[in-house]
Amino acid sequence: MNTTSAQHDTFVIERRLASSPARVFAAFADQKKKARWFGCVDGWEVAEHTLDFRVGGREVWRGGPPGDTPHRNDTYYHDIVPDERIVWSYAMQVGGRRISVSLATLELSPDGTGTQMRFIEQGVYLDGHDGFAERERGTKDLLDNLERALREEG
Amino acid sequence: MLNHPALDLVFAALADPSRRTMVERLSRGPASVSDLAQPLDMSLPAVMQHLQVLETSGLVRSEKTGRVRMCRIEPKAFATAEGWFTKRRASWEGRFDRLEAFLAEEDAEDARSIGTTKPRRRS
Repeated sequence: MNTTSAQHDTFVIERRLASSPARVFAAFADQKKKARWFGCVDGWEVAEHTLDFRVGGREVWRGGPPGDTPHRNDTYYHDIVPDERIVWSYAMQVGGRRISVSLATLELSPDGTGTQMRFIEQGVYLDGHDGFAERERGTKDLLDNLERALREEG
Repeated sequence: MLNHPALDLVFAALADPSRRTMVERLSRGPASVSDLAQPLDMSLPAVMQHLQVLETSGLVRSEKTGRVRMCRIEPKAFATAEGWFTKRRASWEGRFDRLEAFLAEEDAEDARSIGTTKPRRRS
């Protein structure tokens, strides 16, 4: 069945980080630093990661499980206020299909010696790629994700 | 604008490392409250409180059989959550976990180099 659909969603993630806003900002602004956390999913290979971090600049991330469906992220930076705010939009493709287009806002504010971080994503998810089978798999993926996070916390 | 209040409860429940440890343990099979408490450095009443948050979120359910309270994961809570939204958010949560680990490493590298070389700027 070939269905065309568009579902919208917004979510917010807030975290208190021990590092300063400058440190946190640099982890987004510097490709070498960003490569150390952004796309390093266990067992995934990164085929390409280029970052032109400036207003009007672009970022491309390509990768995925070896020999399996390739993922692709195309990002465009709309607004950058050093140590305070980054606004970008990104489109995700899985196996060559566009699955979502999102607007992301990152807000950083000093909190003692650390940082209060707020991440907001507003997205449109295309063509019902969240089918029932996908949802069932979502359970497993979520648990895998949790396990990975726990391992990294060590 | 948050479209998924049930998901908010789920993610609030998972925002705590101890509760994630409990969920991770339960994802391997049912466990008693004392099983759950075992890897955690906290009192049983504290574990019970965390369990209550997990139950309210719908991720976990528990029932008393005899003198033991057995807990299990509620797969429906995961299945009814909107697939992509859940996964997208979970993937950002994972990224931010890695960001935190990376920042902690950077701080540790700094602390080491302060001891051995000229002082570096604290940023």
